[in-house]
Order: sequence, then structure tokens, then C-alpha cells
Amino acid sequence: MATNIRDLLKEKVLVLDGAMGTMIQRHTLEEEDFRGERFKDHAHPLKGNNDLLSLTRPDIIKDIHEQYLAAGADIIETNTFSSTSIAQADYHLESAVYDLNFESARIAKEVASAFTEKEPHKPRFVAGSIGPTNRTASLSPDVNDPGYRAVNFDDLVKSYGEQIAALIEGGVDILLVETVFDTLNAKAALFAIEEVFDHKGYELPIMVSGTITDASGRTLSGQTTEAFLISLSHVPLLSIGLNCALGAEQLRPYLQTLSKKAPFFTSAHPNAGLPNEFGEYDQSPEEMAEEVSDFLQNGFLNIVGGCCGTTPEHIRALAIEAAKVQPRTFDLVGLNI
Amino acid sequence: MSIEHATLTLSGLEPLIVTPETNFVNVGERTNVTGSRKFARLILDENYDEAIEVARNQVDGGAQILDVNMDEGMLDGKQAMVKFLNLIAAEPDIARIPVMIDSSKWEIIEAGLKCIQGKGVVNSISLKEGESQFIAHAKKVKRYGAAVIVMAFDEKGQADSYDRRVEICQRSYNILVNQVKFPANDIIFDPNIFPVATGIEEHNNNAVDFFRATRWIRENLPGAHVSGGVSNVSFSFRGNNPVREAMHSAFLYHAIREGMDMGIVNPTMLEVYDDIPKDLLERVEDVLLNRRADATERLLEFAETVKGEGKQQVRDDAWRKESVEKRLEHSLVKGIVEYIEADTEEARQQYDKPLYVIEGPLMDGMNVVGDLFGSGKMFLPQVVKSARVMKKAVAYLFPYLEAEKAANKDTSAASKVLLATVKGDVHDIGKNIVGVVLACNNFDIVDLGVMVPPDKILDAAIEHNVDAIGLSGLITPSLDEMVTVAKEMERRGMRLPLMIGGATTSRIHTAVKIDPVYSGSVIHVLDASRSVPVAGELIGKKTAKAIHERIKAEYSQLREDHANRKENKNYIPYRRALANKLKVNWSEKIFHEPKQLGNHTFKSYSIQEIANYIDWTPFFSTWMLKGKFPKIFENEIIGEEAKKLFADAQQLLKEVIQDDLLFANGVVGLYPANSVGDDVEVYTDNSRSEVLTTFHMLRQQGKKGSGLPNLSLADYIAPKGEGDDYIGGFAVTAGIGIEALIDKFEKDHDDYNSIMIKAVADRLAEAFAELMHEKVRKELWGYAANETFDNQALIKESYQGIRPAPGYPACPDHTEKRLLFDLLEVEKNTGISLTESFAMYPASSVSGFYIMHEESKYFGLGKIEKDQAADYAQRKNMPLETIEKWLAPNLNYDV
Repeated sequence: MATNIRDLLKEKVLVLDGAMGTMIQRHTLEEEDFRGERFKDHAHPLKGNNDLLSLTRPDIIKDIHEQYLAAGADIIETNTFSSTSIAQADYHLESAVYDLNFESARIAKEVASAFTEKEPHKPRFVAGSIGPTNRTASLSPDVNDPGYRAVNFDDLVKSYGEQIAALIEGGVDILLVETVFDTLNAKAALFAIEEVFDHKGYELPIMVSGTITDASGRTLSGQTTEAFLISLSHVPLLSIGLNCALGAEQLRPYLQTLSKKAPFFTSAHPNAGLPNEFGEYDQSPEEMAEEVSDFLQNGFLNIVGGCCGTTPEHIRALAIEAAKVQPRTFDLVGLNI
Repeated sequence: MSIEHATLTLSGLEPLIVTPETNFVNVGERTNVTGSRKFARLILDENYDEAIEVARNQVDGGAQILDVNMDEGMLDGKQAMVKFLNLIAAEPDIARIPVMIDSSKWEIIEAGLKCIQGKGVVNSISLKEGESQFIAHAKKVKRYGAAVIVMAFDEKGQADSYDRRVEICQRSYNILVNQVKFPANDIIFDPNIFPVATGIEEHNNNAVDFFRATRWIRENLPGAHVSGGVSNVSFSFRGNNPVREAMHSAFLYHAIREGMDMGIVNPTMLEVYDDIPKDLLERVEDVLLNRRADATERLLEFAETVKGEGKQQVRDDAWRKESVEKRLEHSLVKGIVEYIEADTEEARQQYDKPLYVIEGPLMDGMNVVGDLFGSGKMFLPQVVKSARVMKKAVAYLFPYLEAEKAANKDTSAASKVLLATVKGDVHDIGKNIVGVVLACNNFDIVDLGVMVPPDKILDAAIEHNVDAIGLSGLITPSLDEMVTVAKEMERRGMRLPLMIGGATTSRIHTAVKIDPVYSGSVIHVLDASRSVPVAGELIGKKTAKAIHERIKAEYSQLREDHANRKENKNYIPYRRALANKLKVNWSEKIFHEPKQLGNHTFKSYSIQEIANYIDWTPFFSTWMLKGKFPKIFENEIIGEEAKKLFADAQQLLKEVIQDDLLFANGVVGLYPANSVGDDVEVYTDNSRSEVLTTFHMLRQQGKKGSGLPNLSLADYIAPKGEGDDYIGGFAVTAGIGIEALIDKFEKDHDDYNSIMIKAVADRLAEAFAELMHEKVRKELWGYAANETFDNQALIKESYQGIRPAPGYPACPDHTEKRLLFDLLEVEKNTGISLTESFAMYPASSVSGFYIMHEESKYFGLGKIEKDQAADYAQRKNMPLETIEKWLAPNLNYDV
């Protein structure tokens, strides 16, 4: 029985967890819940800063992790999608970045380790979630000044570097650079990761997951799937994949491209379909599982999970499909990369 | 399994994949303040809007990478680099291509690297400031994720001789690959292009040294690429653009042949090599190749007189005096392009609407062609020529039609057919012929080209609102791809008719494998001439239902017959087939040790010599003229046409030879080998102690008459311990350079020559294989040193030994090609690559094994049973399902 993630991925399709935000919304949380004791006097409103709950309502976050693990997830993501100084600037919480990441990682690892101990045949992993931040390094937010940038590479490297060091110190097993809408942001994240690795003297596996924004098949910053893959292939990734923005069905051709060309394992964590007219994701676990089973049957994937709108029920349904199939195999034969 | 990839991948918003077949990548140089005064002025004046237009012009002009340089004393280079890169990032039609960040200052390079989301190129780093800085910069470039240009420059200065270039490039390469672990494919050497014809004698060999160093790098530093700033070479002729442009293209022509695959040139200012006046070219090449002592003086003298002169041909035949309608018809039927535009224009002025010209005289003319073709009085090559004329006329009318369309709503409704060669397959002669024939019959054709994935086919079908889809393929894995497309159509709920064609396709395969997975109409089309009635019936409102029902019933019957027949055939267990192998008395056999073991490569082999080995019969069959060469010329019906076709082929071949339009590369490997069961072990040397690779053969499993063996290619190689036997392998191509020719023909709407060049290149590749086999028998292996056969005897294969090809009847598993390619290092040695379906690219390539055994002969494997498939899968260490996929046409059972 393999316990190393690379070996495991050769044996079976691993399951990533589902949405954090959707699960948090199931609780009715007020400003006080977000503030807790520690931030009760903070000068700015904090409601909606979901990452903060790892510090102020760790019970909720732990419970969500447990639900996903119980549903069959092999990998859970830390509650740190927005835990960079750049994203936390909206709440004036730059100073809490280290704690946010360290605590989120620690909680997730604690829950995952308990499951591994209980079920040693199914080791569980923690992936440190590294979001894209809310600024783009290769697009100008000002249409009248296309040369302007709200954030630059150096800012991103510094901000990501803080997050990454804290995640590693908190005990994550994997780093997951996800929801990449601008490849330059992701390049900065990978640059920061390698700097931190150099500094620490050891490395962790890295997953990257991009976002195809619409039917044009491009990222927000305009790259095709293959260009996205080429732009990030200088780093020896564990996996590359796609998540968010689209439902499983719409992701199909782009996953097929990655599956065919990527010299790494591949992943997908789609949304629960496309949002309905109320902006809600209402695809049922069965519907989603049916769409995802198509990619699994076709051997496109090594890791599958859910993004916006997905719940432990969705993950349970995906885990059942994942268990039925052999993982995608790949070698260098026939690759164009 | 690992293979060496000589592929450099770069990206802007879109990928740029530089494979060994990529002839040359143009780097646009006008966005460089040191090279363009205009651009420098724009940047200094902060006129970025116009500066962006300079970049756009470069991309429109064909630049595949954009070189950006801001090294100017009066400028804050770092700030200008960042600003310009950020601005072009907002222009999708520029940002499409990768950026080359060009500076002699590291801080500017690093600032640039922080602005590009794609994978760009750093230009450049070198050993100029010593090893430690070189290593530090290389590590950074790697971390930022870019490729790198390395200048041939070290602590002692710039390399200015062949030896210095080699020394510095080798040293740089070793440091990058071994110490920095820089990916070899991402290394691009710039071995320094220096001016020639400067009047200084030491400079005379500058270009020659560059060419030699380029070849050395490509042959000795695996993966590495070669680039250079081409305009340097003509520095002495500043102000004389005709001479400079001629020098650039002649320089490129030679440099590319030596392996330069990237260069900084102004793509909008490049003379076409063939268009350089011969007298100018001769003097330019005298200088570049350092061919005579007075080369410089002669070019200088000539430079004063350079002027373009065009030639006008006038022919005044009787038919030119007839009405414009008759003249158009004549041009169409005879395939004459000279007057088509003038005549079309004349007709356009006479008719009320441009569309009436098409619907009137042009279609009338094509109808005459169609009738003649239908009644067997015209032949495919002529029809293709007619189509070329038609295309030219329509292309001429196109702008008028568009203007008309803009004025009124378009209501024309020709049926549309989408054509594509499926994923993994590169063969398209047949598909192109079908396209032409259909187009002649008033179908609109949407041709997606080769290696088209299912999604692209189906998306395009929807986007273009086509009425039918035609799939083509030549190699066996393509059969499976067609099934995939049909399945995908079903999954998407499509109902478009699907036509299947190509060499390996068959009615039975279509009936058994494709038809059941798709509820729309699927039909196998035997050849191009059948495509018109079939497409017509499938699309016609009145006929569609009838043909659908008829074909479904017919195919269902075929399936039933097939199932019944299968049960009746007799197969024996693999174990027994193995026991019934060819009996050879190995102890009496004389083994012949090859004179030269190992791999032998042949680059740019003489096409002239190869042409002597051409077997012309299949060439005529490509053009649907059936008959043996040269007797075909005597055929009453098609003889005349065959002669014309042959003359055209000879003419093209002559041009290919004279102007070096195609290159032929090949590799042959000879190795000690023994069989072990149905495997053939290939050894590193005569000690036979180390297995270099293992080929896996398959054995006939059909029940044989008494005394007849169940053959496997392994039977022809001595079993381990029973003799020192050998095996050979080869891969040859005659298709290097073909893309540019096809491009040229297609731009000119010249389907005839586009198909012709492919047909000729295919013949050359086969001829090259024949020639090489002879060379092996007589020299390299030498087991038949004294044989003398003429070409006819060679075509009949009267010689001893065979050269079976993986993917063909005796060894139908295409995946063995990968092993063969690895053994012979085919990608590196010849520029042939394998697609995901193991088709060879360029398509005009041949590969296979050499077997010398006296009794060896070609045979067909036929069908095999699951016991052998399972054993084979185990031997190859591949999952059974994968093997079953590749061997699908050979399985005697349903998976």
C-alpha cells in the first residue's frame, strides 16, 4: 500500500474536497462570529472574510473538513484561499496573514491525521490553498490606461512568500496554486514557492489549477489551455488542472487538452454546474457525478474534486465514480511538450 | 519510457512549438531601439501608440516571436521595457506570440521577465563576465520559466572562429545542462553572425564559420537550437536594400540547411530565395561561401547595377478571339491559369452581378469538366487543374461578392461538407483530392487539415453549419479515431451524415465498428469519384432518408455476415502456433556480421540519386490512373493523360533537385540480435551481454495446412545461443522542407501542385528506402556485396532479405515504431517525428526493420486470439486494453 502521493496517484484517482464557502454559508454567521475575541476591536467590518473563521470559529472549519473526509476525500484544502496580504488588505488584516495560514494548515492537518490514523489504508493529505489574490499582474484594471498594473510580480512574490512559509510551517503536505485566472500571478506564486523551498532546504509537491473563464477556452488573461500549460511547465509540478468558472461538462475539451499534453498528473475540480438565474449552483450530486464520470471513464484525470456549489454529498458521489476507474496514465510518448 | 525531445515550447497567449521539423522561426526585430532608428525615436518621444503599431506590423508580417530591446543611452531602459511589455500585453493580436527580452543589461532582462505571463526567451546570457555570473543568471532564467539565448562569448571575448565557437558553446552547454540543470531544449545558441564583404580579408570566412559551427552544435549538443541576428551579415551594404535582402535570404537558406532554426530577421524585408536574380545570387553566394578571392569586388560592382526586371510572356492562340464565356470554358477545361483573372474581370463587367459570373459561365465551364470527368474523358489530374483555375476565378471575384453580400442579404445555399484527417494522422493527399472533386461539383468545402481532434471537427461542423462530415485517415490507429468521432457525435446528439474514407478504411470496418455507435448515417466512400454521388444523396432532402435506411440495413447485414464468418474460421492456440514456427537449421546457417555496427546517418542525401530508384506505378494510382508504369503510357484511354501527368511530375522533380526544395535525411542501424520466443533482443555489442532494446513480434494464429508454418518475424532471427545473428532498422524521409512548398501552392490556390509535391515526395521517400536497403545489403551490412539488380528487379524485390515496417501486415503494431525510433535516434538524426498515433511526420517517410534471412518474405499476420494478445501485452509491459486498442484490426475477438 503506497503512502507517497506520487505512488498513490499511479494506483488510483484521488479525490479532492469540495467548496468551503458553500459549506460556511450553511451556518448563519454574524459579524461577531468573524471577529471572535481576538478581533473584537478591529476598526473595519470583517463579516464575509471566511478565511478568518480558522482563527475565530475553528470548530466550523474542522467540522467541514471532517465532513469532506468522511465523504471520501483523499485531499482537503486549507481555508486559505484569500490568506495573502494582498487579499487581506480589503479587511486591513495584513498583519494576521501568518496566523491565518499557520492555523488553517494546523487544523486541517489535525483532522486529516486523525482520519489517516483511523483508516491507515487510506492516507489523507492536506493541500495548502493558494488563491490568485484579487489583483491581476498582466491586465490593467483601468481601460483608459492599459499599461497600468494594480500589482506587480515583486509584490506578488513577497505576499505569496509569506503565505507559503506559514502554510508549510503549519504542516501542509502539498501546495495548491488554484483558480489561476492570470498566469503571471501563478508564475509569481511558483517563483515564491521555489524561493521558500530553497530557504527551507526541502520541497513539497505542487499542484496548479487554472480557470478557463468562458467558452472562448481562454484564461481571464487570454491564454489558451496549452499556452497556460507551457507557461508553467518549467516547475516540476505534481499536477496541473482546471477548476471553477465552469461546470464539468463545459470543461471537457480543455481537460482533454491537458490530459493529452501535460507531463504531470491532471486534476479537475469543477463547479456544481453553471449558476442558475439566481446565481446559485443547483446541479445535483448525481448530475455532476455523471458528467465527471465521463472524463474518468475516458482517462482524463488523476485527481477530481469540486469547486463552487459542491458539498460533501457531491464529493461522496464523485468518490464512488473515482473508485470505479483506473487513473489516467501518461508517459512521454506522443507528448508534444 | 523516456525519449529525447528536441522540442522547444514557448507561449504568448497561444503556444509556439518548435519541433525538429519546424524549418525556421522568424523573430521580428523592428521593436528594437538599437536596430531601428524609427522605433528608437518613437520610444524616446514616448509615442507608444505608434510603437505598438510597429509590433503589430511585425506580427502581421509573419514574426513568430517578438524581439524587444530598449538598450539606448538616452533611455531608462528598464522602465521602457516594462511599459512596452505591459502595453503589448493588452493587445491580443500581438500578445498571441511569445516575447524575446533582448538586452545586454541583466536588470532590464529581469524586469522584462517579471512582465510576461507566457514562456518567453531571454536574449542573452554568456560567459563574458565569468562562470559564476553566467550560472546565477541561468538559474534565474530557469526560475522565471523562460528559454535562453546563449551568446558565443567568454572571458576572452567573442568567438570569431569555428574553433572558438565550438569551444565556448560546448563549455556553456555543459555548465547549463550539468550544473544548472537547464532543460537542453530551452537552450538556443547564438554563434555570432559577423559581416562579410567588408574588404578585410580575415572576414571572408565569417559566414562559412558560422554555418560550420551551427552544424556542429546541432550534431553535438542534443536539444540545443541555433539562432542569430541575420542583418549583421550584410552590414557593408547598408543603404542597398536589394543586395541586403538577397544576402539575408541566401544566408538563411544555407544556415537553415546547417541547422539554424531561429533567427532575428525583419520578416517583411526578406527576398524569396528563388526570386533572387541568378546573377546576383551567384555573387552573393560567392561572398557568403567564400568561393573566390575577388568575391567582394564582384558583388560591390554588381550592387551598383541591381535593378528588377520582369518578363512578359505573350501567347496568342485562336481561342483567345472567342467570346468571354468560351474563353472561360476553355481555360477551365484545359486548366490554363494565365488569362483567368483578365477574363473573369471582363465577364464581371458584362454581367449584372459578380455572382452571375460564377453561376453562369464559370459553372457552365465546370459542368463541362464534370461531364467529361463523369464520362471518363477527363482524368483526375486534369480535374484538379481545372479546379485550380476555378479557385483563382472565385478568389478574384471574392471581394466583389463580399461587397455585394454586404449590400444584400446572402441567400446562396450550396451544400457544405467538412473534411478532416483525424487526430494523430498526417496523411492528406486523398482528402485533398476529395475536397477538390466535391468543390468542382458545387459543394462548399470546409477543410480542417490534418491531425484534427474530435472536438475541433464537431465544433467546426456546428460553427460552419455544414451538411455532412468527411473523415480521412491512412494509418490503422486512425480507424479508432474515427470511431471516437462517431461516438462523440452520438454523445452530442448530432445527426449529420458521416463519410469515411482513406487507405485503411473499409466498408466492413465502417459497418462493424463505426455504424453501430452512431445513429446518423455513416457511409464508407471507396474513392474520390464516389464522393460526389454519395454526398449528394446524403444531403439531398429527397434522398437522405432513403440512403440512410438503405445503408443502415446494408451495414447491419454486413455485421451479421461478419459475425457468422468469424465463427467459422479456424484458429489455433498461441502455444501451438509458437510450436509450429518456421523450422530452420541454425547450426548450418552462415551469419554475416555487418561491416559497420551501430547507427549511420545520412543528411541531405542527393535527391537526384534517390530519384533513380522511384517506382512510378503507385504514383499513378494516387491520381486514380490505374496501370503499370511504363505500360500505362500505351493505354488507349488514359495513356495521354498519364504522359502529361508524368511530365509534370518530372518537371517538379527537376525543380526540387535544382533548387534543393526538399531534403532527404535517413538513418540506418545494424545491431547484434537474437530471438527469444517472439521477442527479438537487440544487443549493444558483439559480446551480446547487454540488451539495448527488445522488439516484439506477433505470430500468425490461423490454422495452417500441413507443413506450413505459423510465421512470425522472430522466426528469421536465430534464437539465443544458436548463432550470432543481426537485425537492422531504418528510417528515411524525403519530406523535409515540404511545408513551405505546400504553403506556397496553397496560397496560390494551386491544389494540383500541392497534391503533386506530396505525391512526388511520397515516391522519393519510398525510393530512398529502396536505395538505402541496397546500400545496406551491398555495403553497410554487406551480406550481398555482389548483387546487381536494375530498378525493375528492385521493385519486384528479387533481392535477399526484407524490410518490414511496424504498422504494416507482418508486424501491425505501430507502437513498436517508438522503440525503433529510440534505437536509431530518429528524431535527432532525421527530423522525422511520431504523432500520438505513431504516424510519421513529415508524411513522406518510411521506417522499418532489416532482416537478411534467405527465406525471409513478407507475410500478413492476419487475426490473432486473446491468448496471444495477453502474452504480447505482458511482453511489452503494457496493459492488455492498450494493446487491444492498437491491434484492434487484428483481433479475432470482440473487446
